[in-house]
Amino acid sequence: MTALGSANRGVRDAGPSGWLAVPALVFFLAFAVVPLIGVVFLSFTSWNGLGEIKLDGLSSWTTVLKDPVTGNALVVTAKIMFFSFIVQAPISLLLGVFTAGGQKYRAALAVLYFLPLLLSSAAVAIAFKALLDPNFGLGPGFNLPILAQDWLGNSDLVLFVVVFVIAWQFVPFHTLIYQGGVRQIPTSLYEAAEIDGAGRFRQFWNITLPQLKYTIITSSTLMVVGSLAYFDLIFVLTGGGPGYSTRLLPLHMYLTGFKANDMGAASALGVILVVIGLGLALILQRLGGKNRNASQLEGA
Amino acid sequence: MASTTQLPVPPAPAGSITAAPVTRTKGPGRLRPNLLGGLGGWLWLAIIIVPIYYVVITSFKNQAGFFASNPMLPATEPTLDNYKLVLENNFVRYFTNSLIVTLGTVLPALLVSFMAAYAIVRGKGRFLSLTNNLFVLGLAIPLHATIIPIYWMITRAHMYDTLLALILPSVAFAIPVSVLILSNFMRDVPNELFESMRLDGCSDWAMMWRLALPMTKPAVITVGIYNALHVWNGFLFPLILTQSPATRVLPLSLWTFQGEFSVNIPAILASVVLATLPLLVVYVVARRQLLSGLTAGFSK
Repeated sequence: MTALGSANRGVRDAGPSGWLAVPALVFFLAFAVVPLIGVVFLSFTSWNGLGEIKLDGLSSWTTVLKDPVTGNALVVTAKIMFFSFIVQAPISLLLGVFTAGGQKYRAALAVLYFLPLLLSSAAVAIAFKALLDPNFGLGPGFNLPILAQDWLGNSDLVLFVVVFVIAWQFVPFHTLIYQGGVRQIPTSLYEAAEIDGAGRFRQFWNITLPQLKYTIITSSTLMVVGSLAYFDLIFVLTGGGPGYSTRLLPLHMYLTGFKANDMGAASALGVILVVIGLGLALILQRLGGKNRNASQLEGA
Repeated sequence: MASTTQLPVPPAPAGSITAAPVTRTKGPGRLRPNLLGGLGGWLWLAIIIVPIYYVVITSFKNQAGFFASNPMLPATEPTLDNYKLVLENNFVRYFTNSLIVTLGTVLPALLVSFMAAYAIVRGKGRFLSLTNNLFVLGLAIPLHATIIPIYWMITRAHMYDTLLALILPSVAFAIPVSVLILSNFMRDVPNELFESMRLDGCSDWAMMWRLALPMTKPAVITVGIYNALHVWNGFLFPLILTQSPATRVLPLSLWTFQGEFSVNIPAILASVVLATLPLLVVYVVARRQLLSGLTAGFSK
């Protein structure tokens, strides 16, 4: 990968010293790699967060693996990952294509579309908590009883509410990525297609989608791997409840470690989280990220 | 992006043969109006706007008005009391803390990532390619998984409840994506430019600042914005690594306001507005730069 950039023809010199990479490397080793090794180590210990850390063999692992809440957290994580991908990917693709068009009104709409990018997850969660209140929110506001549900208190509904709020917050970012991708598609392709009499749908299917291949991969990777980071939003919105119905893995880890003071078990959950994150990233890479450099033929 | 001054093509009757499409601006599907897309676009606008509208109008209501009036109608007697209450509750300090942490993270992260990206793209050798691979792998590490060892390290180093405790790990987690975007851009700088500077007797250090930096300015801006948004809105590190109001940052302050003013929903929503306002100002002033930067960084 690196050889590509540095393979020069003319002057042969050693290039810059590797020392330039050392500061970044040190930061990364100290606060990402070392903690990563640390979390594996801590999963074989018991620690309450304050006292001594004692090696404890596999007991944290057996605790975690026997606990039905862990299995539940995995299922919740998978559900949220799946549904939020299914919801976000098509919406952001279509919106990206739509906003990449030329009319003035689309540009004006797009200014408002991107507002959620500015809000922190905590702000989004608090806003929706108020909006979804059955007494003071959406329901009485529009005078529609169907909107006056106890959205966040109903364990059958809450997962879909969470998926919706996630989409509200993150679709704009992915729309932006797709908008950029669409704008890089050469117009000549569409002109040729039009001369051949291809309709809008055919154009979308036969030109836009294939041309967006790398954008789709980038966006999907960020979406799927990023869904492990919906912690803040769910933490503030539902706290994992009601019951365990929205307690996804990162939240389960936080509550186990910092509320129940079992850092050993929480570390074991952390290790599971790392394995899932790396596994997903590898799968997505395999699915087509390999030839990323080919996409760079088109400059930005 | 750059729209022409020409009028949009009038919608042609379906099936008619229109004149040669020379007057079209760039982008797909310009000939017929996209009714379905337009419909979807306006629908999404409503989805984006309703919660924002609700938060803003509610923040101007007093308690009595909030309980009595229709939640979707603006206050009959708008009041600034909620804003006064939030501002009197240390808001300025939280804002300053957020600013310190954001700048303290983004600037060092940019500097070390830029140097590393330059070394990786221009340099040679096993060390640099290993470093690059490590950063690529780092993209897939879920940050949440490492918080327990980070918490341990920060407490052991007696940095718990300081702003530095937030900055150090944030820099580390900003590095992989920064190096990726910066090095992708830097690979597109023509080699000939470096070679001719080399022939003029330029050192690598000088080439980095006088050639690579100006040529990758858009990427540097992208990376800066992306990291700044992340750190400004970050919630997890502040939640775990700080405790007192003296080190509280804005997203966390929203959460604590929620506890303090638990029944005063208008005041909580006023704090949401206030916390978002700084970014909104930045958005209004630098929207084009911000959005095109983000787009270029990810759809490449």
